[in-house]
Amino acid sequence: MKSQVRCSVNGAACSFEVPPMARLLDVLREEANLTGTKEGCGEGECGACTVIMDGRIVNSCLVPALQADGSTITTIEGIAKGNVLHAVQAAFISHGGAQCGMCTPGMVIAAVDLLTRVVNPDENQIREGLAGNICRCTGYTKIFDAVREAARLLASTP
Amino acid sequence: MRGDAHAHTLVAPADLDSALALLADNKGHRVLAGGTDVMVAFERGLLRDARLISIWQLDELRGIATVGRHLTIGALTTYTDLIESSLVAEHAPTLAAAARDTAAVAIRNRGTIGGNIANASPAADLPPALLVHDCEVELRSASGARWVDYAGFHTGYKTTVMRPDELIVRVRVPLVDAPMRHFYRKVGTRRAQAISKVCISASVRRGHDVRIAFGSVAPTVVRARIVERELASALAAGLLSTEAVSRIVALGVAEARPIDDIRSTAEYRGRVTRNLLRECLMSFVA
Repeated sequence: MKSQVRCSVNGAACSFEVPPMARLLDVLREEANLTGTKEGCGEGECGACTVIMDGRIVNSCLVPALQADGSTITTIEGIAKGNVLHAVQAAFISHGGAQCGMCTPGMVIAAVDLLTRVVNPDENQIREGLAGNICRCTGYTKIFDAVREAARLLASTP
Repeated sequence: MRGDAHAHTLVAPADLDSALALLADNKGHRVLAGGTDVMVAFERGLLRDARLISIWQLDELRGIATVGRHLTIGALTTYTDLIESSLVAEHAPTLAAAARDTAAVAIRNRGTIGGNIANASPAADLPPALLVHDCEVELRSASGARWVDYAGFHTGYKTTVMRPDELIVRVRVPLVDAPMRHFYRKVGTRRAQAISKVCISASVRRGHDVRIAFGSVAPTVVRARIVERELASALAAGLLSTEAVSRIVALGVAEARPIDDIRSTAEYRGRVTRNLLRECLMSFVA
């Protein structure tokens, strides 16, 4: 059984012919060739596969393709505007918020989502916003520093 | 090993009646809402149901509103919706507290109240809160609808009063019409994401109208009826002292029936139950 799944991915109208129970994660990586979204645990614990669907972050490993039909999706490839990095991406680089890089796409998406909802998050709000994203390299401190810096950058950009 | 996407069908009916018609055809359809349980089973190769029905697109199952003397909450209401609702904060504050302590943002954006009930895990986060708010659940099928008291919804480990052709469409709790104090606390491996090892929820209305519920210490979520009775009489008599708390805690520990399983041991759960219950009862000492 295959279904037609139409959605907007990073601003582009897309159409996929996939089994309806195919995971959105696999559709993005294998059909749309957007391999920035990573697979970690495959069961919603680690956050490596986080994408934005209709304005909310989701674990794309837990979304059956059929439920993405008609939705608007932003992956890590859609976060920068052309060659201009998002403030979160710039801050992750300047603060060493990435090491192996496996968690980074999901971590950046979760941070972008947090800063969309909370303009100037405190320590607890940052921890809460990123609680669904596991990093096994950095010890999180540099990631939290990067998010604080990104909040400052965004606040100072008109 | 992950399930095979080709081995399952998934359809997305356009409206509730179409979904109920599919459930009525006796072909063993499994309902898939936000996918935070079903897709985990799929990942682990444990999803046995060949036929699935998506209900995520049924907006008629969303929405939080006051209707008469109740707050009604659509089955597809997510944890995030619960957290963001001023009506839930006012009339079901324990439920809002439970939602805030569940998983993390991405899961809270997809997990639903109906799914949390239907999945029927004794370790689920919302049910202890639903129990202390005297929740009722509306089950609908192609042949009719019925409201069932949530306190009698779970009949055993992962079993419920639902028939295979029924769908949870909404829940309701009585409006808070008098001052209410509440308590919700779960203990797990970590604050975020972890499934609870022990969970306690409580509410006290009108000074001595008491509800207390346990999660993860029995085959289902359960009301702690003995603790409720003892706490109510102590509060009514104005005698909830530290000594009374110790006596009631001992009764509560005896009332819980924790087991050893993948997440914890009966011994640890017994100890945490004692400590959480003490913290809970002390919060009601004037």
